[in-house]
Amino acid sequence: MTAADFSLFLPLAVLLIWATVLLIVDLFIPKERKGWTASLSALGLALTLFLSLRQWGETASGFGEMLRVDPFATFINALLLLSGLGGVLLAYGSIRRHGVERGEYYTLLLFSVSGMMLMAQARDLILLFLGLELLSIPLYVLAAFALPRLDSEEAGLKYFLLGAFASGFFLYGTALLYGASGTTLLSGIAQAWSQAGRNLFFLVGAALILVGLGFKVALVPFHMWTPDVYQGAPTAVTGFMAAGAKIAGFAALWRIFTEALPGLAPDVTPILWALSALTMLLGNLLAIAQKNVKRMLAYSSIAHAGYILMAFVPFGVPQVRDVALAAGLFYLITYAITNFGAWAVVSALERQAGQGLELDDYAGLGSKAPALALAMTVFMLSLTGVPPTLGLIGKFYLFRSVIEAGFYGLAVLGVLTSLISAYYYLRLVVIMYMRPGEPQPVANPWLNLTWGAMAILTVLFSLIPAPLFWWASQSVLR
Amino acid sequence: MSLELLLFLILALIAIASALGMLLSRHAVYAALFLVLNFATVAVFYLLLNAPFIAMAQITVYAGAIMVLFLFVIMLLGTEVLPPSPVLPWQRPLAFLLALGLLAESVYLLFFRQRLTLSLPATIDPFSGPKAIGQALFTGYLLPFEITSILLLVAMVGAILLTRKER
Amino acid sequence: MLLEYVAIAILIALATFIALAAVLMGELFGPKRRTAVKAEPYESGMRPIGPGTRRMPVRFYLIAMLFILFDIEVVFLLPWAVAFRQLGVFGLVEMLIFIAILLVGYFYAWRKGALEWE
Repeated sequence: MTAADFSLFLPLAVLLIWATVLLIVDLFIPKERKGWTASLSALGLALTLFLSLRQWGETASGFGEMLRVDPFATFINALLLLSGLGGVLLAYGSIRRHGVERGEYYTLLLFSVSGMMLMAQARDLILLFLGLELLSIPLYVLAAFALPRLDSEEAGLKYFLLGAFASGFFLYGTALLYGASGTTLLSGIAQAWSQAGRNLFFLVGAALILVGLGFKVALVPFHMWTPDVYQGAPTAVTGFMAAGAKIAGFAALWRIFTEALPGLAPDVTPILWALSALTMLLGNLLAIAQKNVKRMLAYSSIAHAGYILMAFVPFGVPQVRDVALAAGLFYLITYAITNFGAWAVVSALERQAGQGLELDDYAGLGSKAPALALAMTVFMLSLTGVPPTLGLIGKFYLFRSVIEAGFYGLAVLGVLTSLISAYYYLRLVVIMYMRPGEPQPVANPWLNLTWGAMAILTVLFSLIPAPLFWWASQSVLR
Repeated sequence: MSLELLLFLILALIAIASALGMLLSRHAVYAALFLVLNFATVAVFYLLLNAPFIAMAQITVYAGAIMVLFLFVIMLLGTEVLPPSPVLPWQRPLAFLLALGLLAESVYLLFFRQRLTLSLPATIDPFSGPKAIGQALFTGYLLPFEITSILLLVAMVGAILLTRKER
Repeated sequence: MLLEYVAIAILIALATFIALAAVLMGELFGPKRRTAVKAEPYESGMRPIGPGTRRMPVRFYLIAMLFILFDIEVVFLLPWAVAFRQLGVFGLVEMLIFIAILLVGYFYAWRKGALEWE
């Protein structure tokens, strides 16, 4: 290890050490003052964000090519750290109210974020797998955090069992790729592929890795866990999980396939096409049938995974690849912002023991809490992709890039499923404004800050999306 | 046929049989014992592959520690014997059909699609004893090694958090 | 190359033989007078009630889990110890970091009372 290696590793090292020390410090913070733990964890995330952004523009590999710093990694890291901050805000605003506040919440969240960052930066399948596990294990625990509550326990157990199974797929794929190429480095695998030609082990290995990561980002045949886990887990955890785990999973997917297996594009593209189409279709259709807002948003997050995957379908078309990836990165930002906003609103309406989560509980919100209802309307419109919102701009870039690559069917399907999604997103808006009711929203300053800030960001970036898109297009993998 | 190949074939049969036994036995403790047998067979596979350290780690960690954990979990749940009735009766035949389909596809890919090759690199860097592993682990793989300790820490925190009541 | 392990195989066979012999010898040569009362499970002179299996408390699980984690740590210590001379101070520092992180876990478990048997 050299000093150069260490400077690449610095943000992650700081976050890991911060989390480890915080674990001990928290033991000495009395139970009523867990706000200290929350603020310390937010401080750690902010510090890491600062250090990570200082790496912007740098392109280098360290630890024998295992760890990568490039604009892509920096972009994803920034997004992940901001999601972590969002997760802390959301949690501090809600978990105490539900009587499940414990200091470990924030430490586990930090560990999970560091695992996500590792996934974005790893160029070695072993390190990537460790990142995946470091992301997942804290999330399994966090999903079961409202412990004596049965649905939370169910969420934790279900997520753990299926997640461990998916990790097995990823590991098996890694083993096959290692067997076929003799290395776990992504660059080494690419080299071995170009020498070996069309080798079956590469194909099977890549397919298994796709299954493993497809589970994490909830693509359709591997999505079964999502509604139950999103519904059962504490709302703050769900919000963080829906953003962070997806961002990290897609980052890893992009990096593995573009850096290690670019030659596999002719074989993988039809699979990605089908996965994306199925995910959009099924996610949106099933969301219509939901009565519970958490479940509805869970299916909506599945559908959005399909849209994000769309950016990855043309990865075998060299002239469109970069534009499509930039569109995908842009979409990740829009998804993360609206996602946090929507979950913060859900959290504000949630009462004890999972009450206040049905669609009917939102009736009358428009007159009772106009600001909250307005924010939720903004998020719903943006998730639908109604002009001129941020969601539309994201979808526009996505559809344009797949059309450029010649996947007209996928673009048409994207538009059609967006129309379908308008039904359930706008239904919530209609319920909020048109139906009388007595909702009981909680006015917690931290929750207010979360949904308020996210609503403002959504509006702001809807008006001036150019800087974001510029940033995304600078951050594509090369 | 060399002695090693013969040994491999016998062990492979035992491994498959014990894995099937684990899946099919309705008594959870028997299933666990089948799993021990399977772990032990896999350990001998590692020996055949010239990796004695991994073989011993397999015995101590898997057949030893992890099995103890499994047995505790079985006793914790208090359901040593599974109830026989499947909840969804159509699931099993369907799974069988789908598995057959997958098998047919694999056979087609393996034997009829000539464009695919099946070659593997002749050798992968040999690492056998604990010394070679130590050198690889602490020089090239130091980052994964340290991350592993973080992972163990998180697992420990998670286990304590989920099983202890807050005092 | 497998010949190196023949000694171990013989040892295993011998251990199995002795264990089996110890059990079977008693069966062969010992006096046997079985009655229905003797075949009953012994429960401090009481008549046994209910099934023999019941749910165990979760703390056994916690102990087993902690055991596994430290067991894995030991598995990592072995190759380090064997390659120690080649790795030098650098390896020592790496191992110290590794152990320090796990020590944090140990300290956490201790403070949380996970090592106590309530």
